[in-house]
Amino acid sequence: MAASSQSDAGLRVSLEVEIPSDVAFIERVVDLVRHSCSELSFNSHQLALNVPVALSEAMSNAILRGNLEDPEKRVVVRARVDDSRLVLEIADEGVRFDIDAKTLDATDPANLEREDGRGLFLMRALMDQVERFDAGPVGTLGNVVRLTLARG
Amino acid sequence: MSFSIKKDGEIVVVDVEGQLIVGNRQELKQKVLDELERGEKKFLIDFAQTGYIDSSGLGVLVSLSKKIREQGGELRLANLNDDLKTLFELTKLDTLFQISDTRDRALSSF
Repeated sequence: MAASSQSDAGLRVSLEVEIPSDVAFIERVVDLVRHSCSELSFNSHQLALNVPVALSEAMSNAILRGNLEDPEKRVVVRARVDDSRLVLEIADEGVRFDIDAKTLDATDPANLEREDGRGLFLMRALMDQVERFDAGPVGTLGNVVRLTLARG
Repeated sequence: MSFSIKKDGEIVVVDVEGQLIVGNRQELKQKVLDELERGEKKFLIDFAQTGYIDSSGLGVLVSLSKKIREQGGELRLANLNDDLKTLFELTKLDTLFQISDTRDRALSSF
């Protein structure tokens, strides 16, 4: 992890964006988060690869698999960026799922020619930590996927 | 983001400008399939002007590659930057596609 520069020390950016369950909004949210990470001097590979791809995957899962593109349901993205790390939380209103059971090994020869199934694999490959939490109490719907990336 | 298609001899060249992601992958798929239906067999997708690609974008490339092969054709890729190369290496898709560093090398490889 890079040492904090004097100008970044103690600086923290928080964002919360709520969008309809429509994949057309993904790119705009990715740009907002990338801009914040850029302001806090994340490296060029993190800005061009890790952050946009992992966030795009998490939002895509929330919209398509969590909320099933239901126009009545929303996806909330929270981002906290400081001079040491980025923490993203992507919340949907869908049925809970087991993130380990749903993660396929995309590099397994049996999966290589699959059209789908690389999303969670890529999130885990590109982020330092990927976790899933229940969004509310037992018996309610909703997932929160948290992605953490140390500033490189 | 947009996709432009042009012919270079008997090769269909597709330029991906911007991102190739879940929101626009179907547009790329349809454009290439339309050319395949017209009888085109050789396809090159050039990523020189591409930002990032998500798993849906990768999935469309895999799907197109299969469909083109089934029709006796070939799909090749060119101009992946370092981050896109990393993405292909992480998913081992670099083993599935013939990837060239430049457009000219890709065109002459058919």
